[in-house]
Amino acid sequence: MRILTAGSGALLVCLERPEQVAGLYHELLSDPPEGFIEAVPAAETVMVHFDPARTAAPALGPRLRAAAERANAKPEATSTARQEPAISIPVVYDGPDLEDIARRTDLTVEEVIRRHEAGEYVVAFCGFAPGFGYLAGLDPALRLPRRSIPRTRVPVGSVAISDRFTCVYPHVSPGGWHLLGRTTMVMWDTYRQPPALLAPGKRVRFERVKT
Amino acid sequence: MTADVTEASTASPPDPADVRGAIEVLSPGPLTTIQDLGRPGLAAVGVGASGAADRGSLRLANRLVGNPEDAAALELTYGGLRLRFPAAATLALTGAPCPITVDDRAAGMDSPIRVRAGQRLTVGMPSEGVRTYLAVRGGIDVPPVLGSRSTDLLSGIGPPVLEAGARLPIGRRVEGFPNVDIAPRRSQHLGPAILGVLPGPRDDWFLPEALRTLGESAYVVNSDSNRVGVRLDGPALKRAVHEELPSEGVVRGALQVPPDGRPILFLADHPVTGGYPVIAVLAAEDLDRAAQLRAGDAVRFRVLRPSLR
Repeated sequence: MRILTAGSGALLVCLERPEQVAGLYHELLSDPPEGFIEAVPAAETVMVHFDPARTAAPALGPRLRAAAERANAKPEATSTARQEPAISIPVVYDGPDLEDIARRTDLTVEEVIRRHEAGEYVVAFCGFAPGFGYLAGLDPALRLPRRSIPRTRVPVGSVAISDRFTCVYPHVSPGGWHLLGRTTMVMWDTYRQPPALLAPGKRVRFERVKT
Repeated sequence: MTADVTEASTASPPDPADVRGAIEVLSPGPLTTIQDLGRPGLAAVGVGASGAADRGSLRLANRLVGNPEDAAALELTYGGLRLRFPAAATLALTGAPCPITVDDRAAGMDSPIRVRAGQRLTVGMPSEGVRTYLAVRGGIDVPPVLGSRSTDLLSGIGPPVLEAGARLPIGRRVEGFPNVDIAPRRSQHLGPAILGVLPGPRDDWFLPEALRTLGESAYVVNSDSNRVGVRLDGPALKRAVHEELPSEGVVRGALQVPPDGRPILFLADHPVTGGYPVIAVLAAEDLDRAAQLRAGDAVRFRVLRPSLR
């Protein structure tokens, strides 16, 4: 574990394994150190914002290490988000990239769909846009780099994969992920409480809707 | 409290906002948004903090009219705003200095201005800087979105960008009476900007001379700059590590370096996470100055401490 400086009000905690990110994030929320403002989990890091008037990097660093150790010592199943039932997202698997994914992964289209639907996913982190969750747990056989030419407009509700993640696009936006299908479930509604359906640590399953 | 920004129709009962003297936008200028101190705390679900780009100027404008420092005000980009006040109001403008007239009389920056019912305010183009803040005593009282009245131009969250014909309700949250005539401020905007930076978090992804290049070169602000970030033209900062950086959290003031090597300085509406390495982060006290950089301005960086690598 390394702790890097990000200006005078933030520290970037770099973890050895991506699975440790959610643990540290939840540990910081449940037992925030003095001066803690906000934590931003990402692929392999947690960015910790602090109030320089109430703490400083030399004091906060050891507390972040201790929090990471406490999180590592906890069995995964004790995290509250993991005890909740998985969010089930209905998907019509008719995405424009299905055949391309099948060709690049040496699988049949049916096998691509089966493997995606069989996955048990956890929201590793959010970013890119409000409510855009990076869902970890993708079948390694479906792992592909981003499209070389991103689309300028991906429809809202598109279910897609890239690298070791799957996602649902919460808004119409540009995007470079491979599109497998679509859902009508609303990922983000500013006037709903909470606005985001997916938050770090939430479990997700996809359910195939036959057309 | 009703806070309706839709236009009142003459046939229906008067809009409560209109009764209280909602400000009429005659012309919004190039870009005017409503901003307060933002909505920190939602980055984990992908929503940035947003808020005034030059926070010191927003706070000063609010203090000048007796508002709490975090009240919502207008952020003008390159001036150009025209407003009509149906009721008497007290306001103040801070930040990038613009010519100001109330009807045909000139008024000054950094000082409370009293307008009478029916008067029109015209704000010209700033002589330097980019963003001017206009606070009204009582605050701009549009409905908050996720705890803030700030417009985040990256995510689209917050009140709409000002348009001609919009009505801006005035709130009643005040903290005292305006008790200064003018806030003497050294002009912040003259001469080349020298901004302090702290190395990291990813300075070790660059060749050792990259930090020296950053500290010794003159950069020029590119016209493709906005509330998300300031693009800088100048010598490329060369990478030592050529792998793809897994997405990680980024902060306001970060100098992110895309593959072409030219840094982008993140402002208020920056993305929550980014996939390019950040070589250094601006010192907190220079963030407001960065928000006043205009296209063509020269910028120099002063590396405030050696790299910790």
